[in-house]
Amino acid sequence: MFAQGLAPRRVVVTGMGIVSPLGLGVDHVWKRLVSGESGIGPITHFDVKDLPAKIAGQVPDGKKDEGGLDLGEWIPVKDQKKMDRFIQLAWVAAEEAIQDSGWMPEDEPSRIATGVMIGSGIGGLETIQEASALVASGRTRRLSPFFIPSALVNLASGQVSIKYGFKGPNHSAVTACATGVHAIGDAARLIALGDADVMVAGGAEAAICELGIGGFCAARALSTGFNDNPTAASRPWDKERDGFVMGEGAGVLVLEELEHAKARGAKIYAEVVGYGISGDAHHITSPAEDGSGGFRAMESALRSAGLAPGDVQYVNAHGTSTPMGDDIELSAVERLFGEDGKKVAMSSTKSAVGHLLGAAGAVEAIFSIQAIRDNVAPPTLNLEDPSRESVIDRVPKEAQQRPIDVALSNSFGFGGTNASVIFRRAP
Amino acid sequence: MSETAEKVKKIVVEHLGVEEAKVTPEASFIDDLGADSLDTVELVMAFEEAFGVEIPDDAAEKIQTVKDAIDFIEKSQASA
Repeated sequence: MFAQGLAPRRVVVTGMGIVSPLGLGVDHVWKRLVSGESGIGPITHFDVKDLPAKIAGQVPDGKKDEGGLDLGEWIPVKDQKKMDRFIQLAWVAAEEAIQDSGWMPEDEPSRIATGVMIGSGIGGLETIQEASALVASGRTRRLSPFFIPSALVNLASGQVSIKYGFKGPNHSAVTACATGVHAIGDAARLIALGDADVMVAGGAEAAICELGIGGFCAARALSTGFNDNPTAASRPWDKERDGFVMGEGAGVLVLEELEHAKARGAKIYAEVVGYGISGDAHHITSPAEDGSGGFRAMESALRSAGLAPGDVQYVNAHGTSTPMGDDIELSAVERLFGEDGKKVAMSSTKSAVGHLLGAAGAVEAIFSIQAIRDNVAPPTLNLEDPSRESVIDRVPKEAQQRPIDVALSNSFGFGGTNASVIFRRAP
Repeated sequence: MSETAEKVKKIVVEHLGVEEAKVTPEASFIDDLGADSLDTVELVMAFEEAFGVEIPDDAAEKIQTVKDAIDFIEKSQASA
């Protein structure tokens, strides 16, 4: 590319891994999602009495074969303490995705052709919280030598790269709640442009700590009215919605150049056909009222895919369940799709898992790919009474069986950053 | 084995995730027990915390083996 003018190459998805409030493992999580289960519950691992939001989507404890997380099954104890929880979750999701893809090269050229781009919205927030407590108590000299490498966002990529010996691009996205989509889109471009043949890409987040919940509460972003009824709290587009519910987890995809995947006989889940990104240039936390930023991201993704809105059958919305954001996104999608809006299904899977911040885009990319594989639009839970009507079917409460060949997924983040990615049925 | 030696051994096993049998007095943290430079920094901090001693950086650099650690700690405790 650039001076040589090389044509971009096609990129497909050959592995997927997920750690979420609905558990571990793509099949397990997808089954629960489609059947309308919720992963939201009371916060269990710290005292929430001083916080207005007392619920979250936490990764369930449990054994691997029950779809739960027992870190001891995945990461040696001595390594666990060198990584914040967000890196641990990335590690687990990456292991699932890489195993699933069957791509574990031993030879040097293949390892050099394989890179990692796992991002996080915030990084090691709980680690920072604990370290700050040491400083505040006058014990600065007790800071662990692992504090910095545990907290740094790009160490999710770094740890995965080291573990598997992947020596290609070692990169990381940090764009708040758009991180997951940016990581996947940018990693796909690295493959398309020849920087790598395979990229392990996604996002991870573990910000359910006093600093994370308290900080988003201060920004008036979290739901506080459903502490006694957690599974009803995340209700995108519903009249009663009052903010997002924080979730934790990680989503990781193995992206691969099409011919590379075919040559080794890999199973191909979907093709990454479109990617579009934009900025609002409006406000640090609120989206532009006219939804123009999200609109342009979607429009640009469609343009890069060479598709028209009518070619898209499913949209996985950003849809966080905040009073303002949901309808702004809905209006942007209505405007983009026009008459074709009647044919598209759009749901928010955050209704079931909460908002995984920097992991959201990656986990939702997996849900979008699953929607194509099974021809199923997952439901928007708790959408009892929409705050406004729309021609767009928002898949209230129950999953819908419908033909889906092309799915678009949106992620928008603080700072006015927007990203859309489009997947198409495997070629 | 002295009480200090027992305690040092326990800390090493805990922090480096190695088998107890490998933690002999002669064992080198880096060459025999798989530690890297950050692990040794953390180990020294754990010794300081557990024994209430201060191990200055120049002394810490000389602590290469399990025996080095035990000797340093016993010496500081004797002079305290």
